[in-house]
Amino acid sequence: MSIMGTRVIRTEDPLFLSRGATYTDDLTDERLIGALHLTLVRSPLAHARITSVAVDEARAAPGVVAVVTGAEVDMAPALLFGGANKAMVRSFLAADKVRFVGEPVVAVLTEEAYQGQDAADLVEVDYDPLPAVIDLHAAATDEVLLFEDAGTNTSNGFGLDAEFDEHLFDDCEVVVTREITNQRLAAASLETRAASAVWTDGRYTLWCSTQAPQSARDEVAGWLGVDSAQVHVITPDVGGGFGAKIGADPEFALVAWLARHTGRPVRWHESRSENMTGMVQGRSQAQTVTIGGNRDGDVLAYRLDVLADAGAYPRLGAVLPLFTRMMAPGVYDIGKVESRARVLVTTTTSIAAYRGAGRPEATAAIERAMDLFAAEIGKDPVEVRRRNLIKPEQFPFTTKGGAPYDTGEYANALDKVLDAAGYPELRAEQKARRERGEVVQLGIGVSVFVEITGGGAFSEDAAVEVHPDGTVTVLTGTSPHGQGHATAWAMLASEHLGIGLDKITVKHGDTDLVPRGSGTMGSRSLQTGGVAVYQAAGELVELAKQRAADLLEANADDLDVADGRVSVRGTDSGVTLAQLAESEPLRVDTNFDSGAPCFPFGAHLAVVEVDVESGKAVVDRIITVDDAGPVLNPVLAEGQRHGGIAQGISQALLEEVVYDEDGNPLTATFADYAFPSAAELPSFTLLDMATPTHVNPMGVKGIGEAGTIGATPAVQSAVIDAVSHLGVRHIDMPTSPLRVWTAINAAAVEGAQ
Amino acid sequence: MIPVGFEYVRPDSVDGALALLAEHGEDATILAGGHSILPVMKLRLAAPELVIDIGRLAELNYVRVDGDGDDSWVAIGAGTRHRTVESSDVVAAEVPLLAAVARTVGDPQIRHRGTLGGSLAHADPASDLPAAVLALGGTVVLRSPRGERSVPITGFYTGVFSSVKEPDELIVEVRVPRTGAGSGWAYEKFTRRANDWAIVAVAVVDGRVGMVNMGPTPLRASATEAALAEGASIADAAALADQGTDPTGDLTATKEYRRHLARVLTKRALTTAAGA
Repeated sequence: MSIMGTRVIRTEDPLFLSRGATYTDDLTDERLIGALHLTLVRSPLAHARITSVAVDEARAAPGVVAVVTGAEVDMAPALLFGGANKAMVRSFLAADKVRFVGEPVVAVLTEEAYQGQDAADLVEVDYDPLPAVIDLHAAATDEVLLFEDAGTNTSNGFGLDAEFDEHLFDDCEVVVTREITNQRLAAASLETRAASAVWTDGRYTLWCSTQAPQSARDEVAGWLGVDSAQVHVITPDVGGGFGAKIGADPEFALVAWLARHTGRPVRWHESRSENMTGMVQGRSQAQTVTIGGNRDGDVLAYRLDVLADAGAYPRLGAVLPLFTRMMAPGVYDIGKVESRARVLVTTTTSIAAYRGAGRPEATAAIERAMDLFAAEIGKDPVEVRRRNLIKPEQFPFTTKGGAPYDTGEYANALDKVLDAAGYPELRAEQKARRERGEVVQLGIGVSVFVEITGGGAFSEDAAVEVHPDGTVTVLTGTSPHGQGHATAWAMLASEHLGIGLDKITVKHGDTDLVPRGSGTMGSRSLQTGGVAVYQAAGELVELAKQRAADLLEANADDLDVADGRVSVRGTDSGVTLAQLAESEPLRVDTNFDSGAPCFPFGAHLAVVEVDVESGKAVVDRIITVDDAGPVLNPVLAEGQRHGGIAQGISQALLEEVVYDEDGNPLTATFADYAFPSAAELPSFTLLDMATPTHVNPMGVKGIGEAGTIGATPAVQSAVIDAVSHLGVRHIDMPTSPLRVWTAINAAAVEGAQ
Repeated sequence: MIPVGFEYVRPDSVDGALALLAEHGEDATILAGGHSILPVMKLRLAAPELVIDIGRLAELNYVRVDGDGDDSWVAIGAGTRHRTVESSDVVAAEVPLLAAVARTVGDPQIRHRGTLGGSLAHADPASDLPAAVLALGGTVVLRSPRGERSVPITGFYTGVFSSVKEPDELIVEVRVPRTGAGSGWAYEKFTRRANDWAIVAVAVVDGRVGMVNMGPTPLRASATEAALAEGASIADAAALADQGTDPTGDLTATKEYRRHLARVLTKRALTTAAGA
């Protein structure tokens, strides 16, 4: 019986739930004995010149071994994302200028962790304040420059060379345009950032919390100015990343540099307060959508104009608008599509990937645009969507955004959620509540979406080895931090080998053990790394058959592998895989390269209740189709969907990183930054749909980010729908009680005029 | 998130705690549940030299009815946990509002640590329990080596995080009148998330209205109370709830939104209380 598609309970959980995981800050590795503890003095100002740094008093404080300023660090300021404006480099400790609250300025190293903050408080840094740049439109004026050498605040431009087509909407009876905000979010992983390093025998060993150890190794080596072979990265258990832990952070290189500089191992972990300004954040786009069509509901033209926030120092966020542009038209067959994006630096925390990374921004824009268009022509938003969907017979389909969609059953996905929700009954209930003038009104929001998984990194390594004792080791270049690869990859190996999961160990995250790998991000792991493991195990079976054929004096074609044993079909003759491993290692190293991404799709329907007196919205139901192709393990896939939906609802209702006009972060604690608990979420209704892709032999697609891409616009739409009868057309996210109440009041004033 | 160094003592009696307070004055702080003072210390916004832990003093942990007949009240030791208040049979029978309000504080972990006295002493205008005690017309009992005094809660608070409590004084008891289970009461707490502080909240009991976060201290909706006493309808009385208030604006609410919420929540609380 196949193990594929079965509900295998996560094998990693007993340990996580009992004695706990071993995170970077928990390490008791003997190489870290006697380590110094790093405390960073961080900038309290968003934008300022450093005029003086006084460290003598700190150097004299109890337990202080070294206090290091930016002037002493000999690592060259680094371009943290290679494709960004070359002048936008970051120093590992700021020496001349700071560009966001939380930027590291001075490093304090103490014998004990508790001594660090006391000493850090004695460091005196004098600043000459400069104006903060928070608003993207203000950044675009270049009136205040973050990097004088760059002469501009634009880090990257996409599609800026050509002017927009002034005739794009000429054929349209109706054109709607609107500026919408896709707000800044904090990843807020349970484990904050951490790194430890030691320099021995001409080599750095760096333990760090990352989603991609191999790229962390290469980045840190580049920043240190050494060969990658001189850096050994080890990734212990990682307590969440959501995209914010892709690769390395500059602090990791600083930890390694300090270990060599002091000749002592160095440990660092940040506080939650530091994390809320120091770790990269996500989203933060100012979008202008323009949509046009006819009064029958045909959408004929769509334009998306994006100002994207890079934060102070461009990171991965500088390139994510590429995904936003590529996915701009979403699931719709629109004749004319235009988009462009300008990426701007601001005096804020850097922007990088956050669950969805560029695609939720695209989906939120087009889905909002569809609602605005439907409202303008007075038609049901579901019917307008259905009318414009790409049809199954049109696949493979290359969009006007340039995306080569593999498969899609969009209308099917939409119908499934409508049927499960009882859409006509919901509309009837909504109508009744409106007629009765009830305080609590009903809103229904629908999104139909398509996304990219495994975009950018198509190739992954895997190795499978059977040992003489019958156990199996799987090596993977993916880097799980909650996803459950220990379970899933073992299932894939077990399927071929017929060896139980209890005998299979999945190893990852040690760059000496797995030198090549692209890590876990972009919902890529199963469709690249998982397929590689499946392929490796299949190749190992073939290798075993060849070896067994000689031993058993049989034709390899007459051999079967089951229960970890090769046997001659129809006889008792056979040999176990373990026995075959006794004479020479039974191991296969392989690589799988899909050569292309997948385009999973789905539909989400949200039912929201809005108290029109207070403005508070509560999600009552959410019903989703997330088609990721065949499901390897429903327990894991559902977990991914649940987490993503929760984060999607949360972006729509609750979360936002806010700065005041001076660049002070106002949401740097969990009292102010409103991520959700179970109390804010309904039970989720997950519907099944599995359309295989041809991009890989297993037909599987990514599932990790579907929730944030589909749920966010559905919930936002539902909130607006609940108060649309009061004249409200749009409310930016998060649709907080204050925002909803303000929108209702504004509509009432507008309606009275 | 490591506080500045401090001395820690755990006296074995209230008298011991008071002696330490008298000796160290403003250099000392009282630790009970720790959910207010410890985060402030970890953020280095406070750096007391001495932390006096009264969290385990059994003599501050009680709920009982004191006094005789018409002149009786519910007395609650200042060290009584929110969890005890919310689950106490005495509180449920004598002042059900207080149990209901205690049940809305933070989450279960917080309610198992936080204390009634601590909540009142902290004087955060966003806290639930001070407004409830205000609506109930309660009294705060303060003790120092100089003696004991009872301060009606109407005269206890002087501003944000401040009260008439002297540095050498400790809240030892909170007294609230017995309203009985049949009284009309309600608590309307408006939050973004279940375990957030209130954006605004309104406690109603027997026609008295206490409000959370409508000014630097917990406030009574005096105009509403007066209108009700004169026979106004709930809707008309509730429309006056924000009179005399002075709310602040922040990330979650503007001043005007808070005023609006005060009116809406007062109407709802009064309606619920009238139906009880």
